[in-house]
Formats: sequence, C-alpha cells, structure tokens
Amino acid sequence: MAARSNWLASISSLVATLALAAVPLPNVVAPARPDWVAVVLLYWSLMAPRHFSLLTAFWMGIALDTLTGALLGQNALALLLIVYLAEKFHLQLRVFPLSQLAITVLLLLGLYEFVLFWIDGMAGRTVPLVERWLPPLTGTLVWSALYVLFDRRAREAPARL
Amino acid sequence: MSAPGRNSVGLGRSGFSMGARFLLLAIVCIALMLLDRREQHLVRVRQALSVVVYPVRVAVDLPFSMWHSLRDTFAERDALIAENRLFRRERLETEARLQRLEVLERENGRLRELLDSTARVGSRALVAEILSVDLDPYRQRLDLNRGLVDNVFVGQALIDAQGVVGQVVRVGPLTSEAVLITDADHAVPVSVNRNGLRTIAVGTGDSGHLRLPYLTNNADIVVGDLLISSGLGGVFPAGYPVGRVLEVRLRHEQAFAEILAEPASSLDRDREVLLVWNDTEEAPPETTSPEAEEPPAAAASVAEVD
Repeated sequence: MAARSNWLASISSLVATLALAAVPLPNVVAPARPDWVAVVLLYWSLMAPRHFSLLTAFWMGIALDTLTGALLGQNALALLLIVYLAEKFHLQLRVFPLSQLAITVLLLLGLYEFVLFWIDGMAGRTVPLVERWLPPLTGTLVWSALYVLFDRRAREAPARL
Repeated sequence: MSAPGRNSVGLGRSGFSMGARFLLLAIVCIALMLLDRREQHLVRVRQALSVVVYPVRVAVDLPFSMWHSLRDTFAERDALIAENRLFRRERLETEARLQRLEVLERENGRLRELLDSTARVGSRALVAEILSVDLDPYRQRLDLNRGLVDNVFVGQALIDAQGVVGQVVRVGPLTSEAVLITDADHAVPVSVNRNGLRTIAVGTGDSGHLRLPYLTNNADIVVGDLLISSGLGGVFPAGYPVGRVLEVRLRHEQAFAEILAEPASSLDRDREVLLVWNDTEEAPPETTSPEAEEPPAAAASVAEVD
C-alpha cells in the first residue's frame, strides 16, 4: 500500500512539474524560469536512484517537447543524458556535501541547456543566445531548496558524521 | 515482468545495462528528431501526443480563465454600465463606417468585374481563445483552443481587432499552435499603405518589433508609414494592417537601410484572436493564354453571357 501511494505521489509530482514548466510568467522573469522538469528529475535520480527509470526521463522529455512545440526528442535527449549521468555517478555524488552537490547540479543543468541549444543550432532554428545561462542558476537554487526541505539525509547528516 | 530489484545496481529493469538502455533511448530520440525536422513525417504522432498533454494545458489555463470569469462576475455595476455605453457608441461608429464600406465593396466588385479580375470574396472568421500556456521563451508562439475539429489548417492566418497576429503552424485534434509575426523565423509580405511599395517584414524575436531588411537606402519609406499585408504568398489575406514604421536608419556604407516597425496588433495583451478562412472560390482556371492577352474582349463576352 505504501509503495502504491508513493508511486501515486511521484506520478503526480511529475505531472505538476510539467504544469509548472508551462505556467505563463511575466516577460521580466520568464528568461529566469528554471528548467522544472530537469530539476525534478535530477532531484529524484540523485536522491532516490532507480525510483524512476530512464524511460521516465524519455517520456517526460517527449511530453515537454509536445507542450513547448520543440523538435520531438530534443528535450527527451537532453533529459536522458543528464539523468543517465546522475544515475551512473550517484554513488560517488552521494557523499558530497550540499555545496559540491549544488555545483554538480549546476554543471548538469548547464549541460542540459547546452544540448538544447546545440540541437537548435543543428536544426537551423534561429534562437537568440540571450540569458541562456539564467535557467541553470535558478534551477540549482530550486534544487538546493528541494534538497534542504525534503531530503531526510540532509538533516541526518550531522548525526551520521 | 519481475519486480525491480533494489539491489541490482548494475542491471536495469529490462535486463539491459543502464548504458545500453541509455544508448537505445538516445538513438530513438535522434531518430525522432531527424523525422520531425521536416515537420511532415510525425504529424499523426504529434497530434496524438497533443491530445495526451491536453489536460496539462487546460489545467495550467484554468486559474487564468477562472480569474477572468470571476472578475466578470464581480465587476461593479457602474463599470459594466460604463463599458456597455462605450461599446454602444463604438458599435454605432463602426456600423456607420461599415455602411460606407459596403457601398465601396460593391463598387469595387463592379470595377473588378469590368477589369475581369477575380473578385475578392469576404472571409469567414472564428474566435479562438489563447490558452495561457507559456511556450519556449525563445520563440514567439501561441497555443489556441481550436483544432482539427474546428477545421483549423496549417498556414491559416490569425488576426485580431488591430491587425495581423500570426499563422497556424501545427494543428492537433483539440488545440493548435501558432507562430507570431514577430518570431525570428517568420516573415510577412507587406506593402506600404501610402504608396504600395512592396517588401517583407521579418520578426525579431521580440514581441515589440519587426524588421524590414530588404529596402534600399533610397526607398520611399518614412517613420509612421502604415504597413499592410500585401496578400502575396497566399497565406495572409490582403489589406490587413501589419505594423507601423518606427525607425528608419540609413546606413551609407551599405545598400540596405535598417528599418524597424512595431506590430499593429497587441501581441502581448490579446486573449482572443480570429482565425480567418479565405472563402475566395479558387480563381477559375485561367483561360488559355491567347484570350488572356485581351482582357477587354473576354470581359465583354462574359457580360454578354450573363
């Protein structure tokens, strides 16, 4: 039973994330919108690896592509890449303190943006390269907030040391 | 399928290693992108997917549409009366102008008949609501609540009360996606209302500006000129306002001037737009060329038959 409600919670968190990614923002703050889907998937894959599979990342990416009108597979590929890296190295990353984890997340989100930008360039879509560095920064902030708020290990860490 | 083992760190659910699954899915992604690039191979797939994400779109739009209806419900009586009065006056003015327009339209039709050119038939329009969904911040796109069930088609023009808004680029069963005229990938054929000078207005990616990159330094265009859609290209109906020239900067080192215009329609503030169908019965297949060379004779014969 607990497992089922857990799954329900995680599925609804994914749908809510998609909704967050599509909520309209005022023009002033829109460029700083964190990549919600990437942030939440990174959170799960670092904190609870194997909770979601790569397939989840793939479908979330496809949903995001449909929602945003991007090339089908663009977000999916970028999400796959960062989730794969996070899951592959989560054992090494687990022992990092928050500051180093945050830097890792920043790098991964930067990679995500870069892949999106790169595919845009290959597909010949004209996309202005303004403020593209903002979403990884705000995303890292959101990720750290999630970590501090929700992860029990963050609170247990002093006791364990 | 066996339950996922928590301790099978190296192995995934399907028995493949994680690296293999990653590679497989990445290849699927790349194949999808290659197929999607030309926008034709995956039309059905995208339509199906857009139905799947439809609930998310509606859920995101819900608070906004609720806010609008709440505001309408609890609007002050005085405000409503004032608004009503304003609308009534506007309607009177518009109708007066419309009467004159009808006379002109009939006259225009007669003159065109004399010239034996195809008559411009009125167009049909349908109000579409913009779903409050933010798409890619780097592109100027909109989601509309009309789709295949309303006979929306790719390439359909979108206007509002002030002028041309954009065109439909992708149609799903229930929703469709439109690109604004200010998108960096979009261009509208326009002509200057004052003298009929034809050119192309290109989007800048910023919802307040259009560029006219193909006019030379000595082109007859000044700040304040109204740009209307020229109807060339066949997407936008002719004669709708597109924008007004904001700035003309001559660049003496180059042949082309730098001209900026601001869009006529309120792209940022719209909540509803009009989808336009051009009901022009397809121009009857042009008669053979020898006859076409003598339009007056052809016109006369048509008149006799009628």
